[in-house]
Amino acid sequence: MIHSLFLINSSGDIFLEKHWKSVVSRSVCDYFFEAQERATEAENVPPVIPTPHHYLLSVYRHKIFFVAVIQTEVPPLFVIEFLHRVVDTFQDYFGVCSEPVIKDNVVVVYEVLEEMLDNGFPLATESNILKELIKPPTILRTVVNTITGSTNVGDQLPTGQLSVVPWRRTGVKYTNNEAYFDVIEEIDAIIDKSGSTITAEIQGVIDACVKLTGMPDLTLSFMNPRLLDDVSFHPCVRFKRWESERILSFIPPDGNFRLLSYHVSAQNLVAIPVYVKHSISFRDSSALGRFEITVGPKQTMGKTIEGVLVSSQMPKGVLNMSLTPSQGTHTFDPVTKMLSWDVGKINPQKLPSLKGTMSLQAGAPKPDENPTVNLQFKIQQLAISGLKVNRLDMYGEKYKPFKGIKYMTKAGKFQVRT
Amino acid sequence: MLESNKDSAKLDAMKRIVGMIAKGRNASELFPAVVKNVASKNIEIKKLVYVYLVRYAEEQQDLALLSISTFQRALKDPNQLIRASALRVLSSIRVPIIVPIMMLAIKDASADLSPYVRKNAAHAIQKLYSLDPEQKEMLIEVIEKLLKDKSTLVAGSVVMAFEEVCPERIDLIHKNYRKLCNLLVDVEEWGQVVIIHMLTRYARTQFVSPWKEDGGAEDSEKNFYESDDEQREGTERRKKPYAMDPDHRLLIRNTKPLLQSRNAAVVMAVAQLYWHISPKSEAGVISKSLVRLLRSNREVQYIVLQNIATMSIQRKGMFEPYLKSFYVRSTDPTMIKTLKLEILTNLANEANVSTLLREFQTYVRSQDKQFAAATIQTVGRCASSISEVSDSCLSGLVCLLSSRDEVVVAESVVVIKKLLQMRPAQHGEIIKHMAKLLDSITVPVARASILWLIGENCERVPKIAPDVLRKMAKSFTSEDDLVKLQILNLGAKLYLTNSKQTKLLTQYILNLGKYDQNYDIRDRTRFIRQLIVPNEKSGALSKYAKKIFLAQKPAPLLESPFKDRDHFQLGTLSHTLNTKAAGYLELSNWPEVAPDPSVRNVEVVELTKEWTPAGKAKKENPAKKFYSESEEEEDSSDSSSESESESGSESEEEADSSEDSSASSPNEQEGESASESEGRSKRTAKKSWKTRAKSDSEDEEKENEKSKSSDSSSAESSSAEGSSSDAESESESDSGPDSRKVTKEKEGRPKQARSTLPKDVSLLDLDDFNSVSTPVALPTPVLSPSLRADLEGLNLSTTSSVINVSSPVFVPMKTHVLLHRMSGKGLAAHYFFPRQPCIFGAKMVSVQITLNNTTDQKIENIHVGEKKLPAGMQMHAFSPVDSLEPEGSVTVSMGIDFCDSTQTASFQLCTKDDCFSVNIQPPVGELLLPVAMSEKDFKKEQGMLTGMNETSALIVATPQDFTPSVILQKVVNVANVGAVPSGQDHLHS
Repeated sequence: MIHSLFLINSSGDIFLEKHWKSVVSRSVCDYFFEAQERATEAENVPPVIPTPHHYLLSVYRHKIFFVAVIQTEVPPLFVIEFLHRVVDTFQDYFGVCSEPVIKDNVVVVYEVLEEMLDNGFPLATESNILKELIKPPTILRTVVNTITGSTNVGDQLPTGQLSVVPWRRTGVKYTNNEAYFDVIEEIDAIIDKSGSTITAEIQGVIDACVKLTGMPDLTLSFMNPRLLDDVSFHPCVRFKRWESERILSFIPPDGNFRLLSYHVSAQNLVAIPVYVKHSISFRDSSALGRFEITVGPKQTMGKTIEGVLVSSQMPKGVLNMSLTPSQGTHTFDPVTKMLSWDVGKINPQKLPSLKGTMSLQAGAPKPDENPTVNLQFKIQQLAISGLKVNRLDMYGEKYKPFKGIKYMTKAGKFQVRT
Repeated sequence: MLESNKDSAKLDAMKRIVGMIAKGRNASELFPAVVKNVASKNIEIKKLVYVYLVRYAEEQQDLALLSISTFQRALKDPNQLIRASALRVLSSIRVPIIVPIMMLAIKDASADLSPYVRKNAAHAIQKLYSLDPEQKEMLIEVIEKLLKDKSTLVAGSVVMAFEEVCPERIDLIHKNYRKLCNLLVDVEEWGQVVIIHMLTRYARTQFVSPWKEDGGAEDSEKNFYESDDEQREGTERRKKPYAMDPDHRLLIRNTKPLLQSRNAAVVMAVAQLYWHISPKSEAGVISKSLVRLLRSNREVQYIVLQNIATMSIQRKGMFEPYLKSFYVRSTDPTMIKTLKLEILTNLANEANVSTLLREFQTYVRSQDKQFAAATIQTVGRCASSISEVSDSCLSGLVCLLSSRDEVVVAESVVVIKKLLQMRPAQHGEIIKHMAKLLDSITVPVARASILWLIGENCERVPKIAPDVLRKMAKSFTSEDDLVKLQILNLGAKLYLTNSKQTKLLTQYILNLGKYDQNYDIRDRTRFIRQLIVPNEKSGALSKYAKKIFLAQKPAPLLESPFKDRDHFQLGTLSHTLNTKAAGYLELSNWPEVAPDPSVRNVEVVELTKEWTPAGKAKKENPAKKFYSESEEEEDSSDSSSESESESGSESEEEADSSEDSSASSPNEQEGESASESEGRSKRTAKKSWKTRAKSDSEDEEKENEKSKSSDSSSAESSSAEGSSSDAESESESDSGPDSRKVTKEKEGRPKQARSTLPKDVSLLDLDDFNSVSTPVALPTPVLSPSLRADLEGLNLSTTSSVINVSSPVFVPMKTHVLLHRMSGKGLAAHYFFPRQPCIFGAKMVSVQITLNNTTDQKIENIHVGEKKLPAGMQMHAFSPVDSLEPEGSVTVSMGIDFCDSTQTASFQLCTKDDCFSVNIQPPVGELLLPVAMSEKDFKKEQGMLTGMNETSALIVATPQDFTPSVILQKVVNVANVGAVPSGQDHLHS
């Protein structure tokens, strides 16, 4: 299946290569570079590139291209999903996934890759198993290793791989037993010029951090499970229970994992917590344009909106902007024409606004489109869909765990057309 | 450093080497030094040496052999994980010399007790195959063995090996098909993808298409083939006129939960499975999951959108509810934007097109000009496919012509040109407007389009056309080649229609073209000149010049670029690239007739048990029993004791079934103890019920627990007794004369047993019948009453029952016209089927004909004249009617043997003066004969009906009518059948 993997940085250097079958010359990447050149932006490089003898499938994350070389027919999503899993694993191991970090930990990376694929077919992709095989490097461990000469390759063998619950390590022990669940919802919306909603939907996830001793069996139930329109589960969730009782029943993996992601469809009217008032105008005659934006709360259910960040890609004709914000800070990059305004908290009494003028290129025609405004925000302690966890029960172990649930609403792809 | 004694130094060295490998630098000269460390005690060093070895062994084959012995030793290690990793590395060393060693290792490993080692063996198969394809035959054997493996760990890897080595050997899958379907949910996610893709291909070769709505006749033979399975499908299947193979259904049902997987590849695999093999009505469930995937990374979006685009062309309805999910965001990469646009276009219909067009207006103004251009093309496609909006689209596009952006204008021109070409109505205004644009537009394609448009419509704009030509002649030399060609065309066209004004201009242009740098243009010039300018040598063609240039051109079809992708399997690389990738396995078309479905049955012994009377008898037991049993699948050792937890009457039946099965499976060893065989048959039953049982398992569990605890004490004692009687029966089967004594003994036993425990009866009876199945004559008089009853039951189910014709349940009074009075010169004839046994012959269907005389004269000598019957058909005519009075009527009856077909019987109905050709075509329902039989017999007969014709008719029943009696009424209305008294709440008719 997957023949080789090349890691390419944004300047076009191959800084890591790994082969699972016979070696493929790195010249195969020339086709990739060609495609990269053709696509003006990194995002536009096609994920699948055919070459005379190989096919290059790539993902682009953290400014690194992960290019897999395959030779025969294979479902492309299979490879792409795997590459994403590789990136997730690196992130899990090293905290960040960047070129210097990978270069520093090249041996660990190599060992991990060796375990993840055998002959190009995924072998162990669960991070719990991998961590058992190859311990992630920590500062403490590096110090200990240099002194004692011990290694960061696990000396036990991956017993998890053989068990019925491959996602969980055996023999987990904690002094404080705790299970935290974060219900995070993101609003994806397109708001049109006049402020009416074109589409809006809610995508939610439940991320869990479970540190429980032994083999606990958890059940999580919701007050209003009918809200969930479409769900996808971590493999640990028993699907049949969900089908029949709408209860999440599972033996959790150890540590952090995504338990569930769900979708609340557009049919249930989505409450939009913010509104944006804008007036952006370019005039034909003068080289100046007016720019004004106000952000205000709407349907917030009494919660404050925090972490508001307004960003907008200005048209190419805009040379510079002189703006004054009523709160927060703003920046405008004259090269990328990106305006961003870090608003912070919204105070309903005194709405934040950003006013000023834009200086346009002289002589150039006025841009025909006003820029779209992208919005980011956060609301703590609120799940905008109204989803509520009813209770969490544990079976199979004697102790009493500490349980916690947190709700949060965020803006996903939230766009306001102006 | 590698020579150092210290592990830490070695490790450091190895790390540096691996670093070099990672960067792609050559480290092969260190090979001898590294290989020495292969036996290192330190695991990390060992692993790094493995990494090195696998990378360079190919280049240094001789030296690599040094390491082989280490691996061979490790293959025998007691730790399964060490065995596995040794096999992994050994098979990764691509050195042809060690092929025999690898082969041996794989063979050993495939029989290993640890599933993890077997999994690695499956991986090694592919490696060996790529190293030496000549080992194929041997490897197929190993694959065959591993396919039988029941571990979820192995399943994914071995199917992968299968796909790589021998995808054409579909016969290897048959026996494992059901197992794979059932294991699928528990296999790791990567394996799921591979298995689902393989099963999709398999299903396409083994099942008939579920897409034909009226494919009743050709699927009929499968309808009855396994009564057991049919039962399992329950009501959901009965609603459909097409009967799906239960295995086919099994696959579809078992993959459905996987749509909820977090792995996009799995979801996509299930989606393509549903798309390719499920009935069209059920494929809708995938759209929701696919739309969910759109939230994920850009690469996943790209692939998923491509697949949705292909799907949305064929089945619009699937994604229509999700229309808004495909709205474009300004932050999407261009390739995602265009794909979304593509899908939006495919989804456009009369209802939503106005919303879409409003959305498109926003896109057209996008800063991403490439995307804006794509939007304009999209608008063009909408206009051409939905005629209601084409005018508004056109006017919208014309508005865009005044846009300031050149790309937008150019694209609009091209699209307008295509639209106008499609409807050559009067659009003079638009053409004039575009002619004006010619001064400002610089994009060659757009200019060429305008020129072409003017040329085509030059008669409609007689004033402007020559003027445009004049302008163009001026700027000819500075134009793009594309434009030059169109100028030449325009000139030629004008020359032909309006030579007075343009003759000189055209000749000027032709002269310019003659000396152009581009040979294409020179060629064209020469060609046009010869064609249109009359000279003495001008050939025959010039006469037709006008026809050639001004012919009606067919309008271009604005089609989706995804139109031709549907012949690739969705979700494959080939589909994404729209070319056949290496190793792409074509998805075959549905077979016309399904191959033998019995090949999927597992094991011969189990097979007979599953599908012969055993299954049938089981059915009669309340379904609950199976649920509770199947719970205990794991502890099959308990199965015998568990059987006693049933109530008496049930276990009697149970015994019946296993008797039958043991009788009908001669391969089974006779020495085998009866209780064991019973247990086994139950296990098979369990297997078949497992899937359904799972869903209800929660409630049943408790129930089962209860019954188990209450019975457990008694069960033990009885099972002990059972086993002792086993021993007896064994000995008895050898010695015939003894049997009398033994049965006598037994006669006493049941009574005693019954007083304490009714369950024992079944066990003992079972023993008896074990001996019956051996050629021992059992003297009937001595049998205990219960035994005799059982024997009778056995007889009933093995010999075919006598057909007792029952009286019809219902006689419809519907009559059919045989001869209308107008065509019969006053003689009218009606017929109907009285549903009586025919007096003329057993095979004949009786038909009653009522003759009416509507004239005012006597009709004499009415009789049947010449008969024109298809081969094999027979007819017993009615006795001639001497005379029929005016307004009189007479009813006669006749018998026709339709040979069980619905062929028409034609004959002549004659009077004294005339002959009228008439014909009778029987409805299928009238060819049947109601037969009284028990439900049990019915099931058996049903089982034997395999291969016979099945016909179906649609019965319309309103939901409130959904009671058995009403349905019965409706059924007997169309067919002459009887109702079978049924223990279950659904109907066999």
